[in-house]
Amino acid sequence: MIPAAVGYVRADSVEAAVAALGEHGDEAKLLAGGQSLIPLMRLRLARPSVLVDMGRANDLRGISVDGDTVSIGALTSHSDLEHSAELAAACPLLAHVASQVGDPAVRHRGTLGGSLAHADPASDLPAAVLALGGTLVATGPGGSREIAATDFFTGFLESALAADEVLAGVRVPVSTGGWSYQKFNRRAQDWAIVGVAVAEGGAGVGLVNMGSTPLRASAVEAAVAGGAGASDAAASAAEGTEPPSDNNADPAYREHLVRVLTERALVAAGA
Amino acid sequence: MTVTDTPFAGGIVGEARLRKEDPALLTGEAKFIDDLDLPGALWVACVRSPHAHARINSVDTSEALAVAGVVAAYSGEDLADTWVAPLPCAWPVTDDMKNPAHFPVAQGKANYAGDIVAVVVATSRYAAADGLEGVVVDYEPLDAVVSIEDAESDRVVIHEDLGTNVSYEWPLIPDPEGVDAAFEAAEHHITETYVHQRLIPAPMEPRGVAVVPAPHNGDMTLYSSTQIPHVLKVMAALTLGVPEQKLRVIAPSVGGGFGCKLNVYAEEILCMALAQRHGVPVRWTESRTEAAGSTIQGRAQRQTIELAADADGKLTAVRATLLADMGAYLQLVAPGVPLLGAFLYHGLYDVPLYSFTCKSVFTNLTPTDAYRGAGRPEATYAIERGMDALAVAVGVGADEIRSRNFIPTEKFPYDSPAGLVFDSGNYQPALDRAKELIGWDARMAEQAERRAAGSTTHLGLGISTYVEMCGLAPSRVLASLNYGAGGWESATVRILPTCKVQVVTGATPHGQGHETCWSMIVADRLGVDPDDVEVLHSDTAISPLGMDTYGSRSLSVGGTAIWMATEKVVEKAATIAAHMLEANPEDLELTGGVFSVKGSPDAEVPLAGVAFAAFTAHDLPDGVEPNLQAQVTWDPPNFTFPFGAHIAVVEIDEVTGAVDLIDYAACDDCGNQINPMIVEGQVHGGIVQGVAQALWEEAVYDEDGQCRSANLADYLVPSAAECIDMKLDHTVTPSPTNPMGVKGIGEAGTIASTPAVMNAVVDALRPLGVTGMAMPASPMTVRRAIEAAGGGAS
Repeated sequence: MIPAAVGYVRADSVEAAVAALGEHGDEAKLLAGGQSLIPLMRLRLARPSVLVDMGRANDLRGISVDGDTVSIGALTSHSDLEHSAELAAACPLLAHVASQVGDPAVRHRGTLGGSLAHADPASDLPAAVLALGGTLVATGPGGSREIAATDFFTGFLESALAADEVLAGVRVPVSTGGWSYQKFNRRAQDWAIVGVAVAEGGAGVGLVNMGSTPLRASAVEAAVAGGAGASDAAASAAEGTEPPSDNNADPAYREHLVRVLTERALVAAGA
Repeated sequence: MTVTDTPFAGGIVGEARLRKEDPALLTGEAKFIDDLDLPGALWVACVRSPHAHARINSVDTSEALAVAGVVAAYSGEDLADTWVAPLPCAWPVTDDMKNPAHFPVAQGKANYAGDIVAVVVATSRYAAADGLEGVVVDYEPLDAVVSIEDAESDRVVIHEDLGTNVSYEWPLIPDPEGVDAAFEAAEHHITETYVHQRLIPAPMEPRGVAVVPAPHNGDMTLYSSTQIPHVLKVMAALTLGVPEQKLRVIAPSVGGGFGCKLNVYAEEILCMALAQRHGVPVRWTESRTEAAGSTIQGRAQRQTIELAADADGKLTAVRATLLADMGAYLQLVAPGVPLLGAFLYHGLYDVPLYSFTCKSVFTNLTPTDAYRGAGRPEATYAIERGMDALAVAVGVGADEIRSRNFIPTEKFPYDSPAGLVFDSGNYQPALDRAKELIGWDARMAEQAERRAAGSTTHLGLGISTYVEMCGLAPSRVLASLNYGAGGWESATVRILPTCKVQVVTGATPHGQGHETCWSMIVADRLGVDPDDVEVLHSDTAISPLGMDTYGSRSLSVGGTAIWMATEKVVEKAATIAAHMLEANPEDLELTGGVFSVKGSPDAEVPLAGVAFAAFTAHDLPDGVEPNLQAQVTWDPPNFTFPFGAHIAVVEIDEVTGAVDLIDYAACDDCGNQINPMIVEGQVHGGIVQGVAQALWEEAVYDEDGQCRSANLADYLVPSAAECIDMKLDHTVTPSPTNPMGVKGIGEAGTIASTPAVMNAVVDALRPLGVTGMAMPASPMTVRRAIEAAGGGAS
């Protein structure tokens, strides 16, 4: 549990972070809350040459609601999401999902942007942002661009971010329709064995830990749009998934769980 | 129940006093191994075999030596001449037990993933870790023996020189013909097989070692996060050939052990050897991932239990057969762990005939050894699960089958069919109280209602009653079991000139609250403030004699020694007080810190005055030595036998298989209690640790012997979020084997809770046709069991 030697620079703004990534190249890694990266480094499974620490880029912290859009800075902690009255009113699904991440210590350090950029299929927040139809804002040397959440997760722990881009923020629509997050795990602090996030009564459905990336349950969304009831719609929840196998669940059990949890989530969301 | 039989009169024992230990722990003032400041110390890092079984063709350390900060690197061959003896196993349970040579660094072959094959010594922990990557080991992987059944078959013999993977067979069958006849005549013959998965002890503080040598006079101080500094000192002296009088062992603050620090480990001996060789302090701190493979693991056995009973469900014989996994080598007391349960497979039931056999085998997995309860949780699990199966066969309730078989109170002291004498017991009231706490009748009615309504959320109730043997142990009994040491404990009580008190104990705490409890015992008798009693321990230079802490022994053995030493000091003080009062010592009584003459209330002298008089020694009675101090070594005449009844209530979602523990009640009896708050804490923690075996924890190994649960994300130690509010009470049945009437409570919760939860799980699912369940009862395991029984809504 002793990491390899690593360089360290601080970047207190997006611009500084982009510049540092440009200077230090592919082997540099951005450090936000460190809740995924640091454990990987301690196991020497990650060996960045330089850590670009964005922990004090305070401009990237915060939640604002403007009309139909909620804008959240990438460094906003899970705990801030969990306890924001504004977010609870404008997008209760996201606030609730944030409250289900890890344990209080993890939620105080971990950030929304870090969780999305890490692109872990077992993480809670990516599925919520998918279900909400969110948009991610990436900033690089040439300026900023928007990436739909649906296009963001490209592979296991891989995202559409270029090596010299920084995830600056996230936008999700104001969403107060029926929602639910069904997280199935054995201990409160654990990753979901399977999770299902439902937004707007089933218009958006995101799945946790059902493949190599966070997934959208398109077949379920289509069935709901076509007027199917919760049970019928949930029957297709495992379609197109390739669930992993681990100590807690094999693929067949995960497929069973995702159907059960999707039905429960749709019912809870009023579908 | 009221306490009527108490030897305590001072008003301090029995109070729920806050722990003296906690301020230092909570503020970070307490120093653990990794907090020690040792200027100039070298750090050790261990190259561990990634293979469960592999020949070591060569070890090349040259690249490691080129890493900045690396001072030295050694293979097993390089250090082969260092060891005077292999690592010790102190419990050769049979004369022909097979015990492979086990050295701190493997030579020729690695026998489990985690076996040390080389070491790197460096100027910092980081440099040592970097150096690890430079050691190149050429392994030739061999077939790994992972299951105990595979081990027993000798398909692959791990230690070729032994010729077999079977270490020993240990039978306890006082009347073989009688047992056979009882089974032939039985109306009910229950046969059940259970598997105890491997558990990773996971104390909050992993292990750590630091050794400070004094090269020119040969002194050596060994700091270790250990439960057993005294035993370690003897064993380390023998293993390394260090003169024992030159060796001092200190266990600083120790962050838990649960039995896994009741051992002599490779890293302890290795750091001593390296400190000798380099002539400077050497240290090693275990990482959590490292601990999963290199610290001993618990349980790991398959058990078959057979019950013979008459038509009413009255037991006539019990037969238990074990196959136990020792892992790759025999650690300190591993062979004896099954024996600590061997006498208890009939539980607290009055059974005339008894048969127990254990076969222990080697596998290519981490060595096993004592883990909280050590043998007794396994025994209790088998009999308590079996009793539920018997209840179903007989057609009576789980409570009724137990009541019919309890050892009657009038039979105590009870001569058990396995040859023990149970000191005291009164079992039915504990079960009655637990049922009352849980609301048994209402819960049963609720279960019936849910079943009638066809609910897919099933309610299950599980009882586990238990008796255990603790307070290890009478030395003569240990001798009869071939254990390599005694079971006594030592104490010194010293009243200082200013009437403050020092207690020196050989019991070595690692979280239990000894300082608080020992202070209370002494203060209660002497009439001083418990805060004026200092308890000294865990350093062999301060407390040279001791047998340390395990097996719920500290109070009933170590505490008794303190009690007796206190009595001796009081006796001496009374002699001096009598001289001062011109009275007879036998006419004096010590109450509230004052000696007075019975019947003459005005004739009194405070203990403080006596203490100062003993110090000045100006006017002592003839033949009385100055100072107030007494030392006692107490060897108990018997074990103690705590007991109780636990009841778990679970809810199971038939659709997902998720088990939710929703209610828990326990009524325990550990005899007289010193500090009820500490008793309750032990029960709480014990219960959760046992529930963890039932629901969460398992060291998962793949077919190659690789641990797939080597961190706390994959190894599911429960957190506070998984705990529920438990309903606890106790009865008090004092032990007659010691003057305080105490038993022991450190392991009881763990012993009782695993079968209570598993009985509840099976009870919940019985209407679906489920009759058994593997541990841990994970959602997938439960769901698959439901499906296999032909049920399961989707």
